[in-house]
Order: sequence, then C-alpha cells, then structure tokens
Amino acid sequence: MEIRASDDVVLVRQAVRRQSIALGLGLVDQTKVVTASSELARNTLDYGGGGTVHLERVENGTRSGLRLTFEDQGPGIPDIALALTDGYTTGNGMGLGLSGAKRLSHEFEIWSKPGEGTRVSILRWK
Amino acid sequence: MGEFLLVTIQVDMHDRLALTLQDDLTGQIVKHRAHGVLIDISALEIVDSFIGRMLASIASMAHLLDAETVVVGMQPAVAITLVELGLPMRGIRTALDVEKGMTALRTAILEGQDGDSSSIR
Repeated sequence: MEIRASDDVVLVRQAVRRQSIALGLGLVDQTKVVTASSELARNTLDYGGGGTVHLERVENGTRSGLRLTFEDQGPGIPDIALALTDGYTTGNGMGLGLSGAKRLSHEFEIWSKPGEGTRVSILRWK
Repeated sequence: MGEFLLVTIQVDMHDRLALTLQDDLTGQIVKHRAHGVLIDISALEIVDSFIGRMLASIASMAHLLDAETVVVGMQPAVAITLVELGLPMRGIRTALDVEKGMTALRTAILEGQDGDSSSIR
C-alpha cells in the first residue's frame, strides 16, 4: 500500500484492522497493532516523505502472526538509538512513534541509511 | 455555570481533520462562552500519539479560554494501548461516560471558581 497523504494513514489503519481480525487477534491486540501501524505510517509520511507498507501473514510452526513493513526513500535516520528514545523528535511530534510502536509489537526491526531511506518492520504474534 | 460544548468524534480522523477540529473547537468555546467541553471518544477505535496530543492541546487551549475539558468514553482496549504506547495523558481529565463527565465538569468549574487565581472571570 502507498502512503502519500494523511488519508492513506487512515487506509493503512483500516487494512491492518481487517488483517488483524482475519488472523483472529483479540480486541486489545488488534488495537495495539493498529495503533503501532498508525505511528509508523505517519513517520513514513512525515519524516520519510511518503513510502509504502507491506502487510503479510507469517507462520512459524503452530504460531501465526502479522508482519508490517514500512519503507521509504527519505533522508534516513542518522542515529537510530537516539530516534528510539522516548520523547526524541526532529519534527513536531511527541517522539513516541518509533519507541511506542516497538513497545506495542513482539518483534521490531529497523534499517536506515542517511540519504537512502528507512525500513521498519514490526510483527505481532497471535 | 455557563454553557457546555459536547463534541462526539464519530469517524476515524486523518491528521488534518483532527487539527481542523482543534481549531473549530477553540472558536466555538469563545463563540458560545462555554465553560466546559466534553469530548466523547467512545466511537474511537484507537488513540495514537497524534490524537492524544490533539486532546491534550484542546484541553490546554480550552483552559486558557477559561473552559475545562473532560474526555469521556475511552474504550478499555484503547486505554491499555495508550499506556503501552507511553503517551502521557497528564492534564487530561477523563470520565467513563457523558453523565459522569458532566458531573466532573461541574466539579472542575466550581473548584476553579473557588480558588484558581490563574483564571480570571
């Protein structure tokens, strides 16, 4: 899915909700993953200058989960550890997007290179 | 006691719409000389950092305009998620439903009249 405007953030939330329900997540887990997706989609838009999100269902033995991968070709993050600090922001936000999304997920991966872009992947197991 | 404004958020708002609501609401507080704002978020399925910040901003702005704000109807799953997200909802008064919110507003306004030197009426 493309993330080019703030309406797209709403569409991402709705798609993630549908996938979470299809996976059989409970209401609290659905809320967590949808909230995390909203934070990351907004980051992709505001800091990455737009990008994409890929939603996929993953299976690991008897476990199944939902993985969301956000990618942009924006300016990148020079200091990832700093960007993951609560309250740190280079924009107008509260600096909770990355750290909050990480707390709301079971697995979290981030790759970023200044000048090339950023890729953030979160996974929530059922 | 002055008028209360009741705002019910019914849709999944995109960010610009949330900012519009913030602007409209502050305008309405002045227009109606409202002393209380009740924001019903029972239809909201998530509150992320942006919406949380909007609610906090509305409460701060309303306070400067001599109005108290109470947010009502937060869904339990939303409350659980907000805590894990790490969003500080300090300064935002909440109540379980509209009725309890009205009571909280009346109490807050009376308290403000009794001894809050920062608000000049």
